[in-house]
Amino acid sequence: MPCLYGRGVDNPWLSLDYLRRSGGEVWDQLVIHTSLTLQAVLIAAAIALPLAIVARRIPRLSGPILGVTGVLYTVPSLALFGLLAPFTGIGRTTVLIGLVSYALLVLVRNIIVGLEGVDRDVVDAARGLGYRRTRLLFTVELPNALPSIVAGLRLATVTTVALVTVGVVVGYGGLGQLMFRGLQSNYRAQIATSTLLCLALALVLDLAIVLLARWAMPWTRTGGRRARRRAEAARADAAAEASA
Amino acid sequence: MSTVGDAWDYLTDPVSWTGENGLFGTNFDGSLRFQRDSILALTLEHLYMSAAAVGIAAAIALPLGLWLGHLRRGGGVTTVIANVSRAMPTLALLTLFAASAIGFGNRAVIIAAAIFAFPPILTNAFTGMAGVDADVRDAAFGQGMTRRQVALHVELPLAVPLIAAGLRTSVTQTIATVPLAALVGGGGLGVIIVTALATQRYGEALAGGILVAALCLGIDFGLSRLQRRVTPAPLRSRATVAA
Repeated sequence: MPCLYGRGVDNPWLSLDYLRRSGGEVWDQLVIHTSLTLQAVLIAAAIALPLAIVARRIPRLSGPILGVTGVLYTVPSLALFGLLAPFTGIGRTTVLIGLVSYALLVLVRNIIVGLEGVDRDVVDAARGLGYRRTRLLFTVELPNALPSIVAGLRLATVTTVALVTVGVVVGYGGLGQLMFRGLQSNYRAQIATSTLLCLALALVLDLAIVLLARWAMPWTRTGGRRARRRAEAARADAAAEASA
Repeated sequence: MSTVGDAWDYLTDPVSWTGENGLFGTNFDGSLRFQRDSILALTLEHLYMSAAAVGIAAAIALPLGLWLGHLRRGGGVTTVIANVSRAMPTLALLTLFAASAIGFGNRAVIIAAAIFAFPPILTNAFTGMAGVDADVRDAAFGQGMTRRQVALHVELPLAVPLIAAGLRTSVTQTIATVPLAALVGGGGLGVIIVTALATQRYGEALAGGILVAALCLGIDFGLSRLQRRVTPAPLRSRATVAA
């Protein structure tokens, strides 16, 4: 589309007219953006959980695991897409691999921090009751590590929503696609609308995880403990943030 | 594989490093311009843009963070700033600035990158200052030190490890953000990747990816050594836990 808005022509940042005319397209990209985010975070979590458990059980491997995920985290998304595109082609797969590799570090680190933060007395009590390692892990340690894991999931989800937009370089950036096209055709409403939708999506997904976590951790709902858990989660959050 | 071969050829060709017209040129208005066909010039432009962005961010965030941290006030605000900046896509800010009065090019990129460089410096300066042991602070006041002396000679030295960690995060993140400049008509090493992907020269895309990744990892490694050096030995284990 050529430049429709020249000098002196009205080019508002927000316009309902844009939504009325291109609502279908906006919705399509929003769906792509959301599904890509959820898929990436779920796959990353499925990889991060065993990695974190292995890193904790076999201390010799924790260095390499954190090192590799750290390198994947440091490599910029654009460079990663440049490295992947020659082999995985243009499109969804490349973006998905990039997003998963980026979310790994945050999740692995937060799961490890969570597992390490479990009260030693609780673990000892479970051992005294005759719990074996696997059962101890799934019924005692992991549930107690949930606040930190949830903090990691929230951080990973919010950053992934923002990162999807970079997929525009391989032609699959969800709402980023609209931002980029809006820039090329100097269509401000398109840029502003997709930006606001990105922020809203991050907010909604974050809220969804919080609500899900409240439902999954009924013991955190009461006053005194909640404050403590929150402090714990905040600490894990800060640790993950500072590791960036 | 031919893609890898292409990347190798591109990286080993001296012309792709020095460019066909040298590293620098002049714009129409006589200002300095980095040539976009030279890896060296693009690297210099990349570093210049990153330095400008971090410089602007640090000039505001450091004093603000130190001051708020010394007063131990405004912790909530710094957290909110950090969270919102995380949800804001870099590309969104870049395109918003490029489409606004700021216009296309490096200026929009530097401003956007500075905004993203801001929160880590602010948060860590705040946490470092506010996290100083209250007893140490009281002891300093009890000896008759003024507020200024306590801030600069007691709290600041103890906060250095965290401040250094924040600066490192900020620099690494900025160098990783600047490649996106290529999408809005700016320079830096991202130009190689974006141009190559747009013209389907995958060898060059691979080479560009390697260059950007190497730059980021190299700088991060260098800064981690530096961070270790400015951290007094007794504080090292604590700093790595916090960082």
